[in-house]
Amino acid sequence: MNWQAIALSLKLAVCVAAILLAAGLPIAYWVTFSRWRWKFLIEAIVALPIVLPPTVLGYYILMGLGPRHAGGRIWQALFGHTLPFTFAGLLVASVLYSLPFAVQPFSAGFEAVDRRLIEASWTLGASRLETFFRVILPLSAAGAVTGVVLSFAHTIGEFGVVLMVGGNIPGVTRTVSIDIYDQVQAANYDAANRTALILLLFSFVVLAVIYGTNRRALSIWRRP
Amino acid sequence: MRKRIYAAPWVSACAVLLAVALLYFLSTESVNARQQAGSKACGTVTVAAASDLTYAMNEIAANFQKATGCTVRLSLGSSGNFLTQIENGAPFDVFFSADISYPQKLEAMGLAAPGSTYLYGIGKIVLWTRKGSRVDVTQGFSALRDSSIEKISIANPAHAPYGRAAEEALRQAGVYESVKSRLVLGENISQAAEFVESGNADVGIVALSLAVSPAMKDKGVSWIIPENLYTPIQQGMVVVRAAANPQAAQQLLDYVKMPATAALLERYGFALPSKIPAARKP
Repeated sequence: MNWQAIALSLKLAVCVAAILLAAGLPIAYWVTFSRWRWKFLIEAIVALPIVLPPTVLGYYILMGLGPRHAGGRIWQALFGHTLPFTFAGLLVASVLYSLPFAVQPFSAGFEAVDRRLIEASWTLGASRLETFFRVILPLSAAGAVTGVVLSFAHTIGEFGVVLMVGGNIPGVTRTVSIDIYDQVQAANYDAANRTALILLLFSFVVLAVIYGTNRRALSIWRRP
Repeated sequence: MRKRIYAAPWVSACAVLLAVALLYFLSTESVNARQQAGSKACGTVTVAAASDLTYAMNEIAANFQKATGCTVRLSLGSSGNFLTQIENGAPFDVFFSADISYPQKLEAMGLAAPGSTYLYGIGKIVLWTRKGSRVDVTQGFSALRDSSIEKISIANPAHAPYGRAAEEALRQAGVYESVKSRLVLGENISQAAEFVESGNADVGIVALSLAVSPAMKDKGVSWIIPENLYTPIQQGMVVVRAAANPQAAQQLLDYVKMPATAALLERYGFALPSKIPAARKP
């Protein structure tokens, strides 16, 4: 059993979920309440990773952000190294790749908040920020939880992008899904089986706990 | 309250349908064009080949297609993965492995045609970098001690034969400990090469057969790693027992044994078993 890989996947997923909570909420807020005419273009961009194969994202990160292209050279000048084969690289890839899994539930949650309550808050003198934290967010907590859980889960399950840009470095980019793939390739079925089983149980338990404690959590299934 | 522009649902439905139809049309068009090239009597032979053969195999397949009229359907990937897939019933007719022990294992398990394992060549590894790189690979392994080299790419030694050879050579040369923390592992030898080619790794240990291919030859500099540093990479092929087209599979096996194909493999940097008396025959 490769605990190092499991720990790495957990670390990656926690970081991605945290970043998407911080970055996803403003994006979702904007997507929900903006009246900009071309908003649908942004919505389409946010939803892209649902449709695009991970290989497309992997390709762009490997080539576009590699040292042979401008994007990669700029990154290198700023941070001293290129993205592929680093934990930061996996983090950037995973955040992009899981973006819709956070933003869409967040946005669905905001959408379900009674518009009159928001306006009442404004007319009572609360600022937009205060209204967001004291009215909108508490009323759409289920959507926020869903978004965080989904982006966490989606990152644990990520495989294609990591295979393409990770470079399989133990403790840095060898996530649990890559580890299982390696074990299967090397015909270590026992090891693969043990890790796969752990992952299966873990995923089931996490989702069961979420469903059990927050019956409205996954608003994809049931709108709050 | 919120003003949004909604196109009529049927407009977007039509647009999506049109896009899908276009993609489908384009894809079937090119498949048809390829299949018309060579499907006479003998049908299709489905081939799984180790990724060090990426370029050589395309040439062999094209020649074989021309000579026999059989269509070759080629899958490239890592030998370990193909072994697992064939063990689990993958519909391949012929398996070109980078490690002869895999075909031998299939034969022992009764999953390959008895006696069909054939040693088609012995692979070599090279230290490779892009042209213009600050790494001077012609100095050999001592070039790797340079601490400004951040990433060194090899195939995954856990399951890729070329990765095993690379690790062994690094150990034998006494540089493994100093490069260990800078290794990145490709899923197969092609990916290890691609990591260097794209500039994401500074230098890599790749198959000679890739380094001399038309696609990579002019892009980089290679240094052939002394063969006494690693166990010879004996590459074997086998006809899969459950082949859907056993005749065509046997034809391909015979074709690979012919001098013209051997010469082609030699051109791609493989040592030929017939010319190396020391090589263990399967």
